[in-house]
Amino acid sequence: MPESDRQDSAPGERVLSLRGVSKHFGAVSALTDVDLDVHAGEVVALVGDNGAGKSTLVKVLAGVHQPSSGTITFAGKEVVLADPATALGLGIATVFQDLALCENLDVVANIFLGRELNPPRLDEVSMEIRAWTLLNELSARIPSVREPVASLSGGQRQTVAIARSLLTEPKLILLDEPTAALGVAQTAEVLDLIERVRARDLGVIMISHNMEDVRAVADRIVVLRLGRNNGEFGPDASNQELVAAITGADENSVSRRATRRRSQQAPEARP
Amino acid sequence: MNQETQQGSAPLLDRSDVRVKHADTIGGTIGAFIDRVRSGDLGSLPVIVGLIIICTVFQSLNPVFLAPNNLVNLLFDCSTVGVISLGIVCILMVGEIDLSVGSVSGFSSALLGVLWVNSGWPVAVAIIVALVLGAAIGALYSFLFNRFGMPSFVSTLAGLLAWLGLQLYLLGSSGSINLPYGSPLVNFGQTLVMPDAVSYALAAIAGIVVFVTGYRTAARRRVAGLSASSLGRLLLQAAAVIVILEFIVYYLNQGRGVPWMFGLFVALCVIMNYALTRTKWGRSMTAVGGNREAARRAGINVRRIYLSAFVLCSTLAAAGGLLAAARLASASQQAGTGDVNLNAIAAAVIGGTSLFGGRGSAYSALLGIIVIQSIASGLTLLDLSSSLRYMITGAVLAIAVIVDSLARRSRLSHGRA
Repeated sequence: MPESDRQDSAPGERVLSLRGVSKHFGAVSALTDVDLDVHAGEVVALVGDNGAGKSTLVKVLAGVHQPSSGTITFAGKEVVLADPATALGLGIATVFQDLALCENLDVVANIFLGRELNPPRLDEVSMEIRAWTLLNELSARIPSVREPVASLSGGQRQTVAIARSLLTEPKLILLDEPTAALGVAQTAEVLDLIERVRARDLGVIMISHNMEDVRAVADRIVVLRLGRNNGEFGPDASNQELVAAITGADENSVSRRATRRRSQQAPEARP
Repeated sequence: MNQETQQGSAPLLDRSDVRVKHADTIGGTIGAFIDRVRSGDLGSLPVIVGLIIICTVFQSLNPVFLAPNNLVNLLFDCSTVGVISLGIVCILMVGEIDLSVGSVSGFSSALLGVLWVNSGWPVAVAIIVALVLGAAIGALYSFLFNRFGMPSFVSTLAGLLAWLGLQLYLLGSSGSINLPYGSPLVNFGQTLVMPDAVSYALAAIAGIVVFVTGYRTAARRRVAGLSASSLGRLLLQAAAVIVILEFIVYYLNQGRGVPWMFGLFVALCVIMNYALTRTKWGRSMTAVGGNREAARRAGINVRRIYLSAFVLCSTLAAAGGLLAAARLASASQQAGTGDVNLNAIAAAVIGGTSLFGGRGSAYSALLGIIVIQSIASGLTLLDLSSSLRYMITGAVLAIAVIVDSLARRSRLSHGRA
């Protein structure tokens, strides 16, 4: 079923567009001239080795870091993401890998944490209805929203975290390692969930180390290497191609050969 | 897919998943309760069991124990440390501790004596100054905590000594200041009880409020397509509350009656319970105690939450000190020393507030302090020396913390945090 979905969906309007984004931390260039496009109803996977700049890029988009140069265009307008609140206000929601939920609170309280309805006298009924609506839209399998999150499985927790990010009606959602530390069944559950988020016509950026998961759900795979764009692949790219682009071990372009020579020690240290 | 069809047949939004058991009948409710206890979610069960044991033992040893007037005295004594314990509940909710509440209460009672009796200030002004200084002490702790990352354990331990020193300095060489007998404050702490009619009416109002709020919530849930408690269940609940409270009030009215000071303590508990469970502030307190980083990422101003917890704890400690001064009609060097500190903390823990943060209830201060004071009162009636009293109270505290730790371990393994 996911296969047919993917072929049917034509890319919608462009939600996010990065042009020539660079980020320097002192002498270190974490990102250099990175370009990235995300369309509505599209899942873009961001892959790369440790230190390739994935997390920095996500932090730039979440408003945690400001780029040193380059432009960010969101929903057709050039924007400056000065802080996380600005990014969230524009419609960019981020789901971090961990530390996102309070285990002692129930599902409703977690979804609305920090955005409770009617602060002096919490409107529990409206919050519960909204929580169920969100979870049902995601076809989430949460047994009860009045149980503490501690009683949920890893996949269900990821579901709650994603439902939480959808509360603000974002246009773009950033998922940082959504399947890390999950079992097989739970990973499948989360991948299903990402499909459903895409079906709501949201742009999705997903960071992952797991090539299987990436190819299962992504419409495009963007490879970063040493802070630069290093190729863009479709979901049918072979594992070998992807690994080659990520590690830079099998390059054929003359211009990149020089780069490889400079950093020869690093890739060879890797088995 | 599967979910859709289920939803067609089951209209209730929260009952569409067939894998979840819901306790709809009375038998189901009892079953769910047993399951909860088994998995380590003890709630106030240990307290009630403990109280029954304590009452049985002491009543068999000395029949005066359950006499109405002894219970009235017990409630007078509960109120002072109970108010302090309410502050401890606040600070434990965010996973911190305040070890200086005893010293703060002693300091505030000394301040009351000096300002009111020695300097002749109006009593109201003296009370306000003591409360404001209490709040300032809490603000200082939270500044040390937020700014320098100083563990509350250490900063309040330092405070314990510092405020005790300040208390001794204020009292000077005389060592104690007697508050005037017959003044409204001392009467409040020693003799004032509610008229019978008022106490009966308040007990009835409590039940009616329980019913009305329950009914309105149920009505809203039903309209919204969520499961709701039935009318019969709500009526049963309200009736149980009214019967139990009216019985307690009736029994106390056989003696001197319900102390106004205890009324104040219960009112503070009710307000605190509302604030902790029904407001955004309370939700944020629980969240910070459960997972500080998640709370911060959810946009909660974590520092301000810590500030509010420390300030509330110290202010309530100061208030408890004022009540203790009124109870004893004096501000002395002994006020707030000895077992006050530990009794306040023990009461919160015995009542079911976790030392590990993120779990607790305002009513745990009420239940816990009644347990502690029952033990103290029972041992006093038996004419046991304070050496034995300390040892027994220490053992009870140790048992309470063991129960808390075991329950927490069990909750973790049963996925209940």
